[in-house]
Amino acid sequence: MRHIISILMENESGALSRVAGLFSARGYNIESLTVAPTEDASLSRMTLVTSGSDRVVEQITKQLNKLIDVVKLIDLVENEHIEREISLIKVRATGSGRDEITRLVEVFRARILDVTDTSYTIELTGSYGKIDAFLKAVPNDSIIEVVRSGVLGIARGEKGLRL
Amino acid sequence: MELSGADILVKALADEGVEFLFGYPGGAALHIYDALYRQDKVKHILARHEQGAGHAADGFARSSGKPGVVLVTSGPGVTNVVTPVATAHMDSIPMVIITAQVSSHLIGDDAFQEVDSIGITRPCVKHNFLVKDVRDLATTIKKAFYVATSGRPGPVVIDIPKDITADKAEYIYPKSINMRSYQPVIEGHPGQIRKAIQVLLSAKRPVIYSGGGIIASNCSDKLRELVRLLGYPCTNTLMGLGAYPATDPLFIGMLGMHGTYEANLTMHECDVMLCLGARFDDRVTGDTNKFSPYAKIIHVDIDPSSISKTISVDIPVVGSVDVILDEMIRQIKKSDRKPDTEALQKWWVQIDGWRKIDCMAYDRNSEIIKPQFVIEKLYEVTQGDAFVSSDVGQHQMFAAQHYKFDKPRRWINSGGLGTMGFGLPAAMGVQFAHPDATVACVTGEGSIQMCLQELSTCKQYDLPLTIVNLNNRYLGMVRQWQEFFYDRRYSNSYMDALPDLVKLAEGYGHIGIKIEEPSDVEGALKEALSDKSRLYFLDFITDQTENVYPMIGAGKGHHEMHLSPRSAGGDEERELA
Ligand SMILES: Cc1ncc(C[n+]2csc(CCOP(=O)(O)OP(=O)(O)O)c2C)c(N)n1
Repeated sequence: MRHIISILMENESGALSRVAGLFSARGYNIESLTVAPTEDASLSRMTLVTSGSDRVVEQITKQLNKLIDVVKLIDLVENEHIEREISLIKVRATGSGRDEITRLVEVFRARILDVTDTSYTIELTGSYGKIDAFLKAVPNDSIIEVVRSGVLGIARGEKGLRL
Repeated sequence: MELSGADILVKALADEGVEFLFGYPGGAALHIYDALYRQDKVKHILARHEQGAGHAADGFARSSGKPGVVLVTSGPGVTNVVTPVATAHMDSIPMVIITAQVSSHLIGDDAFQEVDSIGITRPCVKHNFLVKDVRDLATTIKKAFYVATSGRPGPVVIDIPKDITADKAEYIYPKSINMRSYQPVIEGHPGQIRKAIQVLLSAKRPVIYSGGGIIASNCSDKLRELVRLLGYPCTNTLMGLGAYPATDPLFIGMLGMHGTYEANLTMHECDVMLCLGARFDDRVTGDTNKFSPYAKIIHVDIDPSSISKTISVDIPVVGSVDVILDEMIRQIKKSDRKPDTEALQKWWVQIDGWRKIDCMAYDRNSEIIKPQFVIEKLYEVTQGDAFVSSDVGQHQMFAAQHYKFDKPRRWINSGGLGTMGFGLPAAMGVQFAHPDATVACVTGEGSIQMCLQELSTCKQYDLPLTIVNLNNRYLGMVRQWQEFFYDRRYSNSYMDALPDLVKLAEGYGHIGIKIEEPSDVEGALKEALSDKSRLYFLDFITDQTENVYPMIGAGKGHHEMHLSPRSAGGDEERELA
């Protein structure tokens, strides 16, 4: 099963390599990983998507917790949550293909950020699944480049992961 | 008054109560060595190789319970110390390793003797720190000692660039430290403890399986109290030997790959298992699918990630085993429920039957020295009261099996990483921690050559160790596996071109004795052990064909041991050799 783990870490140099190293050393897989500062300069937030059996994911969270720099973490999938990913997608768009792409952009509520005679650059935000669906809908040979941010997540309701 | 980073470091070590610093100098560490020269609180022990320094600090820590402290220079100094750091990490030994680094402005330039020390050590430390500002140095040192010695202990590296050791700052050493990201759990969950007691007291075929955690948290007295209170059989892991006295009737020996027949069958047949400060290592469990099929398992460990890692347990209790044992003993004492004496009696009859197999029997009439015989004699001559370090191989297993450790911190070996070369430097560290104690190093001619240079350190500091070399001219443990599993194709396991170890010992200024007759074994040991002023290198020429029994082969369960042809009931099916 897919899990989204949200981690608050001390904003120390090398913190990212500790997490990445843990995953490679123990053979866990990482589907995506994002890191950014938080409103508290001494902390950074990491959002990590991984998958595995319950037992493996339990070990993953325990091993992450064991890292000295990890202050707190939660597995968002255990409760109601919101997940978002942003993607920048460059597609070839010529002739009748241009209209088709514009239609898709509307349907998916994406935005066109940059236009040339032969291409569109599109911004699409949504769940992981929504972005996948968009990429499936666009004719395969028209895709020039796909840049995805990796998943971000937050719990629903008033509770937050904070100190 | 402002002090240099180097002076701050040395002063902080003194304030931390560090008596010995095991190390080796070099360019990036020179300011620190100069600061050491200008004081007399912290005594620097000059090893002959950074690996020797690291294992010596480790041996000091294992035998004393205090953290072992190491200082090495950048680059090759760091890479040489990685093996001891990994060794300590696998066995949860508290150490603080100070690695000098090239100056901050050179980091990343592939400077002379630069390696990414933080990157190289990251996977084999509990934590590591790079000091970027001299004003953070004292606090970082405090944090390092705190992290190394609290919770599940382990090695912590502090990487200090050379310029930081010259920069100046006010010296303020914090008395205590609180880290929001590191809060080890100490108290066990009361509900879990209550559940554990209920299950424990309902057992008909119980076993108590305890490990290095008991030694790390200094609670072997409480383990003894619990075991005796219940009257349950107790087995120790390789790391836990001495936590429960080997000469006690409730002790059923070590368990695992080379554990006793009775310990492994007790584990296999038990209905309730209480695991205290051990981690279900693969050398202990054998095939996890066949592990203790009838057992309800209670697991007490300070490290949540140890729980249900390899074996799913029924009742986990996270916390310090010391504190939890206290609570368990208290609850058992006041409980109306008592152990089921009738069932226990039956259980002991069964265990005593297994004991009768005499699984560690060997040929006592051999005309060639048997390695087991040497260990037995070592036990007798030292009256079981020595510190015994060991290297890795058959000799290690023979020592674990035949030296009956009655006290914790007496058996010093690399259990998790299995590091050949550990024995001699570790014994040095033990002798520094216990200057008046008898310290023996059980080794093999393969292992001893991996850190032999430390004989020179022993000379410099007058360490009267007794080295018990079980010389079978083979990498014996490798040879044994090749005999059993590779149809006797002895690929690269013969130790050809062995040096004359007696002359070598003499060359280093020690006494060397070669022993070839069983009748000379005791005399040589007595001579060496009664002389507290010299190091003796005893080179015992032992039987090349001897194997370690019992043995659980790879992928086998506890009930599928190979027994020695010498053991009673070592029947055809169970025999390999
Ligand atoms: C550094 C290191 N390299 C290789 C091994 C693999 N190994 C395990 S036991 C062993 C043989 C040890 O030989 P010796 O020290 O002569 O002891 P014996 O088994 O003969 O008692 C070897 C090579 C190891 N444990 N450590």
